[in-house]
Amino acid sequence: MAELKQSMLVSRIAHSRFLWLAVIMVTCVSMIRVFAGSPENIPPPKGKYSEDTVCVEPVEIMRRRHFEYILDHRDKTVIEGIRTKQYSLIGCIDCHITPNERGEYARYSEETHFCASCHLFTAVTIDCFQCHADRPEEAVRTTLDLSGTTAWFLREVHERLQLDVLVQ
Amino acid sequence: MPYTLDTQEVDTARRSFTRGIVALGGLAIAPGVVLYHSAEAKPANQPVSGKQRWGMLVNTNVCQEDCDACVTACNEENGLWSLDRPATDAQWIRKLHVKDRQTGHVTSLPMMCQHCEHPPCVDVCPTGASFRREDGIVLVNKHTCIGCRYCMMACPYKARSFIHEPLQDQLPHSPRGKGCVESCTLCVHKVDRGDNNTACAEACTKDGHQALVFGDLNDPDSEISKQLKRHGGSQIRADLGLNTGVRYQGI
Repeated sequence: MAELKQSMLVSRIAHSRFLWLAVIMVTCVSMIRVFAGSPENIPPPKGKYSEDTVCVEPVEIMRRRHFEYILDHRDKTVIEGIRTKQYSLIGCIDCHITPNERGEYARYSEETHFCASCHLFTAVTIDCFQCHADRPEEAVRTTLDLSGTTAWFLREVHERLQLDVLVQ
Repeated sequence: MPYTLDTQEVDTARRSFTRGIVALGGLAIAPGVVLYHSAEAKPANQPVSGKQRWGMLVNTNVCQEDCDACVTACNEENGLWSLDRPATDAQWIRKLHVKDRQTGHVTSLPMMCQHCEHPPCVDVCPTGASFRREDGIVLVNKHTCIGCRYCMMACPYKARSFIHEPLQDQLPHSPRGKGCVESCTLCVHKVDRGDNNTACAEACTKDGHQALVFGDLNDPDSEISKQLKRHGGSQIRADLGLNTGVRYQGI
């Protein structure tokens, strides 16, 4: 009898609509918090591209096609030496990656980085920032001046990683 | 629609008239007038052209043995931060000291990508990542480089470096990363900006040695062309017939 009562209780809990609703809601809220990088935390861009347009193209088009513009522009820049600002990655970064209220610039590994915020949400993996700077030059230079130990830190990480492999 | 041949007749009278006008114009400005050769930057929206051929002249007679200002300036300009591993750290320019065993005379000189007209690195590159820009600058297109390092083996000047590990804090104008080969770009970002100089040459001049002169080899009025015409300049391994863009004096 006791076993039957227990199983009835379990099934009642499992079939409770309110409980499921609550579980779904909590999951949704935490998903949004984790993946959306909460837009209010992303510092606004430096300014407008021109009087008429906020970005180099209308925002709706940029959201869908920015990678096509960048891809097209990169070959023109590298091979032909065309250095127009409109579709240059440096231009994107200079305008969109701005310091937060504490004066810190987000890196691509952080969800408050303008590019990362959306790429995380849409599960897009890019490798632009393995080579390209994810922050404007002044931010890179500040980091270097501040610590001067970046190289040391990298070396430490590298050595520890190697050590871990050996231990395993 | 089928293609049709354009069989418009040529208006010969009009053409000869135009030719005459152009010739007259040429005659008018020819005597005593030298057209100002602009050293201004090309417009940003225009591709580079073969009108220029960028090069460098190294005067080893004034290059100081104990000075490495060019190397430091290059590292600083292009963000070549050392990982404190000299065997694998990237170097785009390095100082060499060559001793003549007979006389004991030591020649000090910087060595970097020689920006050949016929670059061996371009010949051997399997993906076309190694390429020579129209204006003579030899570059690696890191978007297509697969890191095979054939170019490093082909280069007679040992000018290229391979990046073995993940990098951080790259500068915006100098993207660099693991798995790609890289070398001196002749400060291509500065050239395109119209600076008309490289970081190494600027540093050398600032230190008062003036051993490095950067300029357009195709422009007879440029400082580099004038010096080369007056004093000459040799190529390292001229026997390979690569027609290098970097020339040396005093070796």
